Amino acid sequence: MTAPAIRREWHRFTPAERLARFAVYLFTVAAVVWAARYVEIIPEFLADAPAQTVDLFTRMWPFDWAHYWTGVHGALIETFHIATLGTLLAIALAVPVALMAARNITRSKVLNLFATFLLVASRSVNSLIWALLFVAIFGPGALAGVMAIGFRSIGFVGKLLAEAIEEAQPGPIEALTATGAPFGSVLNKGYWPQVEPSFWSIVLFRWDINIRESAVLGLVGAGGIGVALDAALANLYWDQVGLILAVIFAVVVVTEIVTSGIRSRII
Amino acid sequence: MTAATSSARGRSAAFPANWSRRLGYVLVALYAVYAASTLDITLDRFIRGLDQGAQFLARMWPPSFDPVQLSLLRQGMIESIQIAVLATFVGVLLSLPLGLVAARNLMPASISWPARGLIALCRSFHPVIVSILFVKAVGFGALAGILALIVASMGFVSKLFAEAIEEMNLKQVEAVRATGASFFGVLVMGVLPQVMARFVGFGAYQLDSNLRNSTMVGIVGGGGIGATLFTAYQRFDYDFVLTILLAIIAVIMVSELASAQLRKIFQ
Repeated sequence: MTAPAIRREWHRFTPAERLARFAVYLFTVAAVVWAARYVEIIPEFLADAPAQTVDLFTRMWPFDWAHYWTGVHGALIETFHIATLGTLLAIALAVPVALMAARNITRSKVLNLFATFLLVASRSVNSLIWALLFVAIFGPGALAGVMAIGFRSIGFVGKLLAEAIEEAQPGPIEALTATGAPFGSVLNKGYWPQVEPSFWSIVLFRWDINIRESAVLGLVGAGGIGVALDAALANLYWDQVGLILAVIFAVVVVTEIVTSGIRSRII
Repeated sequence: MTAATSSARGRSAAFPANWSRRLGYVLVALYAVYAASTLDITLDRFIRGLDQGAQFLARMWPPSFDPVQLSLLRQGMIESIQIAVLATFVGVLLSLPLGLVAARNLMPASISWPARGLIALCRSFHPVIVSILFVKAVGFGALAGILALIVASMGFVSKLFAEAIEEMNLKQVEAVRATGASFFGVLVMGVLPQVMARFVGFGAYQLDSNLRNSTMVGIVGGGGIGATLFTAYQRFDYDFVLTILLAIIAVIMVSELASAQLRKIFQ
């Protein structure tokens, strides 16, 4: 009597895993084919594209450097303020939501879900769309920009902060609770020291993103360098557009250097 | 036991006050006041805005379910999804070689630095700005949005992919190399198995991100639901704006769930 043959062939994945992967591949191909077949692309525009691109760059160069001090510098400073104030606003709004979303602090499923919904809603609506809404409320200007940056950042800051809070060690918290410390002290002396490094890194990361985002808010009237860009585009002053794009590029590079410098020093 | 009796004075407080930190908070608060005053943000304006906001919300509610508008919404949303799918597919496909080339532990510096420069360039401009340029180059419509989001996807996915490759375990690569495998063989057998799961994760995340951004490129003429939203906004159809916003949030929630599932399959 021989023992029943043992399957000696080794597979990296179980059949269920392989089936799932195959389904994903199939679905991907189907989605891409569907999208490519039905998306509306106008062939005349496409044939024209190389000529238009060359035209774009010849109109942009040389940049209108004289425009920097008259129309761009002030808007640039405004952009910086919008991004920074927006980030501060986001911190103020996101901390309570994050506390509500963290399951180890708020022990209520309903409140957790509600907070998560707030976070998802804030992230799903783009900063440009938030800006549209706030321009309708506060009128054109930097206030709408600050509100848009703030509300858009709640989702990002709040989600990451809630995750950091949930990862906090329960030991110090229990020790503090055992001494009869009130809730505020538990937060301040138990959670905060543990969450602080990730908090600063989240804020810094979001500030970096917000500098980029606030550069385009002006396209819908929410202040900053985008207003200058919008005006240059509307007037077809491509040499000014080129200058503004170069300035935005420089600012983004400087921000990235500054944030990575701060990050390596404090974290 | 004299130490125990005199300890109350000799021992430092358990939680000493950190004055430099308090000074830092005061400086941040002063900055916020200063920046708000330069941006002409006043409490009066804010309060007037709240009044406006109440009116605005009243005009938004209830969301419109007019059949004509719903069919516009459907068209726009389908186009947004098509833009996101195509941009993710092409962008992720292009990121694979770009990320490999940009990894400093696989390539000599003379090759990896230009690739890293290209990635930095892709990342530095906001998708909306890139899509303005593409609208000029290839005309209004979905193609401009697709191209802009391809650029954004390349910047994001290839940066993270290159970092994942730089963090991988070199022993497996050496083992494959020691068998005399060609460079291509080393890539397929030594490198890709280690990083493929993370690459799929980045791709799934990018699909979410592109879907979010595809709701925005329409504002500058890049096609999709953003165009529908912007038109409704300009026509003061605020109830339809709310319908569109709710639809966007719903679609993005579904896509976040789907991409979490996708990541689980490929873990």
